Amino acid sequence: MEKRTDKNSYTILFAIGMVFVVGAMLAFAASSLKGKIEENKRIEKQQNILYAIGVNENEEGSVQFIAKNKVADVFSKQIKKQIIIQGNNVTEDANAYLIDIKKEQTNAKAGKARKLPLFIGEKEGKAIYVAPIRGKGLWDAIWGYVAMDKNMVVQGVYFDHKGETPGLGANIKQRFFMDDFTGEHLMKNQIFKGITVAKGNADPKNIDKTDNEVDAIAGATITGDGVTAMIKSELKLYVPYFKNLKTN
Amino acid sequence: MGLLSKKDAKLITDPLADNNPITIQVLGICSALAITAELKASIVMAIAVLFVLAMGNVVISLMRNIIPSKIRIIVQLVVVAALVIVVDLVLKAYAYDLSKTLSVFVGLIITNCIIMGRFEAFALANGPWQSFLDGIGNAAGYGIILIIVGFFRELLGSGTLLGYKVLGDPIEKTGVYAFGYENNGFMLLAPMALIVLGIIIWVQRSRNEALIED
Repeated sequence: MEKRTDKNSYTILFAIGMVFVVGAMLAFAASSLKGKIEENKRIEKQQNILYAIGVNENEEGSVQFIAKNKVADVFSKQIKKQIIIQGNNVTEDANAYLIDIKKEQTNAKAGKARKLPLFIGEKEGKAIYVAPIRGKGLWDAIWGYVAMDKNMVVQGVYFDHKGETPGLGANIKQRFFMDDFTGEHLMKNQIFKGITVAKGNADPKNIDKTDNEVDAIAGATITGDGVTAMIKSELKLYVPYFKNLKTN
Repeated sequence: MGLLSKKDAKLITDPLADNNPITIQVLGICSALAITAELKASIVMAIAVLFVLAMGNVVISLMRNIIPSKIRIIVQLVVVAALVIVVDLVLKAYAYDLSKTLSVFVGLIITNCIIMGRFEAFALANGPWQSFLDGIGNAAGYGIILIIVGFFRELLGSGTLLGYKVLGDPIEKTGVYAFGYENNGFMLLAPMALIVLGIIIWVQRSRNEALIED
């Protein structure tokens, strides 16, 4: 005799039922946890920006953000001003750090004006500018924050990635890679050149800060190229603002 | 063992060595190649698979009498996917830092053939408690191999363990690097994971006569 569970009608009903039950379960889990996840992302953004300007709890060789419970306070103290640049318009916006860079990049591709957020802080009496950047690695998105002074000399960076290879590309968020960027010039003879993550770099200990190059990670060529490309294409957009800053 | 009957204990111990899912059944090789460049990633993946396999086995086992046989593979897939998504969401909400370290691995769990294999071969025909033990055993067997491979790849490839420089600093030339030792960058690439795995299989088979085939 045919088993009850072998019938076509049972199979179809089971499938429909399963879709509803699992769908409802996942929707419930996603919506009830959404608030908490967004909050975590917001805190992380603040931690990343502060990390780029050198406010962190780093110990020897490790990356340590400022503690979660302190971050809101420190962020509002350290970041004096947040602005959005749109063409020649500069507007102030205390929530500029929440702007979704991915969305802005798609907007720009569709021909719409792009909002460029910039966070201004202060370090040792000098103004310091942090720009968010975003690009493509080997497997998925990579992004980061670059802190610069008014001459576009890097003061600190933070990189992160969604799914680069552990032990290789994932190392862009390690100290030995990020620390190399500090002090590097983005400009060469008044022209924007970016910073190249270079294989066969003539300067592996990174003593020459004006060569627009840092040493690449062995085995992570595509991720490194992604970092180069994202610095070049994203920070280039800020050049007019910095040029203006100088003439004023 | 007072807690487990002899048969139940065998469900856990068998997959650790004599019926190891990676070295004997040759399942789950893809993730074993992809994530073992670092010891930490191997450990995290082992724990994640342990959770998903044990839970999934129990769920499938509880549903074994009502799952229509024609679409059982799809049902199994939905159960794994749902479990993995829930785990991912909970981690993002309550253990954000951990979820960042896990990142891709959470998604990779779904593609792990060991999980589907155990659902199909064991959970569909056995009770929840046995299925739970079987899940723990197989995930542990998988995890042990992952950790062994990760240990050797990170040590020989990067000269570190869990990120600590146990062999000295390759740039400053301290520790063993002072004697001209170099890291073997090959170890970080996927083919070396296969070779390490091959060596493990070789050692295991040469020591256990029951596994030797003609």
